[in-house]
Amino acid sequence: MTEFAAYGSLRRAALILLLALVAFPVIWVLFIASGTTFGPAVSDPKDFLITLLNGITAAALYFIVASGFTLIFGLMRVVNMAHGAFFLLGGYIALRLQRDMVGGGGALGLSSAQVSFAQWVLPGLAAVAIVAGAGLIMQQLFLRWNQGQDLRQALITIAIAIILADQMLAHFGGVAEDISWPGTFDKFVNLHVYGIQYTLTRLVILIIGLAVGGALWFWLKKTRTGMVIRAGVDDRDMVSAMGINIQLTFAIAFTVGSALAGLGGVIGGSFASLAPGVDANWLLNSLVVVIIGGMGSLGGAAIGSLLLGLTTNFAAAYLPSDYTYYSIIFTFVLLAIVLAVRPLGLYGRPA
Amino acid sequence: MSAARGSKLTPDRIAGSVLVVVAVFAPLIFNEYWISALLTQMLFLGVVAASLIFLSAYGGMVSLSQTAIYGVAGFALGNLTTNGNTKGLNLGWAEFPGIVVALIIAVTVALIFGALACRSYGIYFLMITLVFSVIANLFFGQVTSVSGFGGISGIPIPDFFDRTTHPDRLYFATLFVAALVYLGLRYIARTPFGLTLQGIRDDPVRMRSLGYSVTLHRLLAFTLAGFVAALAGILFVWWNAQIAPPTIDLTATIDVLLIAVIGGMFRLEGAWIGALVFVVINNYAPDVGLVGERFHTLIGLIFLVIVLVSPDGLVGLWERTVGRLRGPSGPGETTGEGGSAGTVPAGERGTSTITGS
Repeated sequence: MTEFAAYGSLRRAALILLLALVAFPVIWVLFIASGTTFGPAVSDPKDFLITLLNGITAAALYFIVASGFTLIFGLMRVVNMAHGAFFLLGGYIALRLQRDMVGGGGALGLSSAQVSFAQWVLPGLAAVAIVAGAGLIMQQLFLRWNQGQDLRQALITIAIAIILADQMLAHFGGVAEDISWPGTFDKFVNLHVYGIQYTLTRLVILIIGLAVGGALWFWLKKTRTGMVIRAGVDDRDMVSAMGINIQLTFAIAFTVGSALAGLGGVIGGSFASLAPGVDANWLLNSLVVVIIGGMGSLGGAAIGSLLLGLTTNFAAAYLPSDYTYYSIIFTFVLLAIVLAVRPLGLYGRPA
Repeated sequence: MSAARGSKLTPDRIAGSVLVVVAVFAPLIFNEYWISALLTQMLFLGVVAASLIFLSAYGGMVSLSQTAIYGVAGFALGNLTTNGNTKGLNLGWAEFPGIVVALIIAVTVALIFGALACRSYGIYFLMITLVFSVIANLFFGQVTSVSGFGGISGIPIPDFFDRTTHPDRLYFATLFVAALVYLGLRYIARTPFGLTLQGIRDDPVRMRSLGYSVTLHRLLAFTLAGFVAALAGILFVWWNAQIAPPTIDLTATIDVLLIAVIGGMFRLEGAWIGALVFVVINNYAPDVGLVGERFHTLIGLIFLVIVLVSPDGLVGLWERTVGRLRGPSGPGETTGEGGSAGTVPAGERGTSTITGS
């Protein structure tokens, strides 16, 4: 009895600690925020809204990349450690194609005035297709025949990530470069709320993210292939025994998952920049999102992306100016809180 | 391998004895460059890899946080003992208390990481520990008050162990720690704690219903492995006199995993065998004409080939060769090996191969 009672009070203490960990940042941002450039949200709602929008648009990009990662894991139990390398590969291919299409660029790169809408979309689509093909080849050559050995498959994808990263360094160099947005996107729009002028590119990312989410939802819930994939997530062997070609489904899912990494690379390369090491950051982002949201869950990936996007953006904006370097700790705290409450992630289910 | 086989002269024992003799007389056999640069590095990288292999072989936990914990110990020592000439806190402590406190800090970090990760299993555990490792790297890269991107340089080393003047002494100190780690981990694997850990590796649900605290055992094992990795971090600082975020970046994390995989993730010996192969390739591959600057591609290819061809690494290859030489009916040697090796991933092998009993 006493043991249980002690356990109960320990649980209660832990719960209070967790609530404090969640409540304090909210109160801080809303009412205190001393020493920050913006001040508390109640007295400076404009910057609060901008930070919120930044968080949501960042989340859209996290979601695009992480949904591919979680799709592959959910169906095949493959942790694709080359996901970050595919991201970078997609970005670099789009970058090179765009430079070739526009012609010129040189050391300083292109300016958005030189780039038309088609000169952004076509290189992007080509890059997505090439990365999807690369993913399919990797799956067919290296992963198909050792299905079920998840550690070994993870090691194989790590080896491929090392090789890809080194080859990309050889072919594309170590200097950070970025894909140019088309002139049509690269401007500010007036949101008519507190007179906020917001970058259109971030809104484009949000729209693409929502479109990807909607398309994936429709594909998984409303089409036959999606139905097979959902059935495969629950019981691969049974699906196979029903006479469905599960290998074909695996190949489709892996292709789509890799394509999403490539798409993320095209957008991420336009939004930020491409350089060695970016692949590791995006592998980290995808891992954090799916650990928070729960592996294999699309809704989990959405919630995880949102939490990560908001956490990183609010931490960077609302830490006192002398401490902004500590914002990485908040990613860790976010992970810690989720893992303490739900070791399998918010929407995770036991395998 | 085990007491059950008594004092018989097995190939394992012969190979082991030869290696021990070579290690002890290494300064007479190899030149100074090999001793001070390659073999010392091999020994402490082997210690980190041994902490990974211990967790994987006896606990079924493939942890990628070992490099982070090794880095935390190194950065802590750097912050505590430097004296005003570099980045970081420059607390200017003496070496001995600095080492003790650095170890305590690293073990505390291991305890926190473990408490968060130890309720997860398999590939989940690997992913969570990988994330912790990358976050630790970013932390030291971004937080300028403890390191910043350039890292901490000019960390004082005890004069007695300075490898520029006495390469042999640091080598023997590292060898001593490596031997202690090897024997200690082997011993711990045979204690009731170690046996429980192996039970949990094989069937956590059954162990829980038998009344064992599964999470607590995993957490203890993780913290212990964190201590071992922290020891290697101290040795690294003695060897290198500086530490920077790239020391513990994703590449470094994967290098340690690579060492464990080359060696074989189911026996502690594999750690140092893998480390030797890795250090030699890392050091000489850039000089080979065809490889040149692209030696990371070579390392990736070697990694890929090993995972595809022999997932239980060089030690697995050795065991299979020995098993084949003794014939299929070798006395008690082939149990659970001949058939499973090559198809079963290293982390999932049965008890018989892992404990060798």
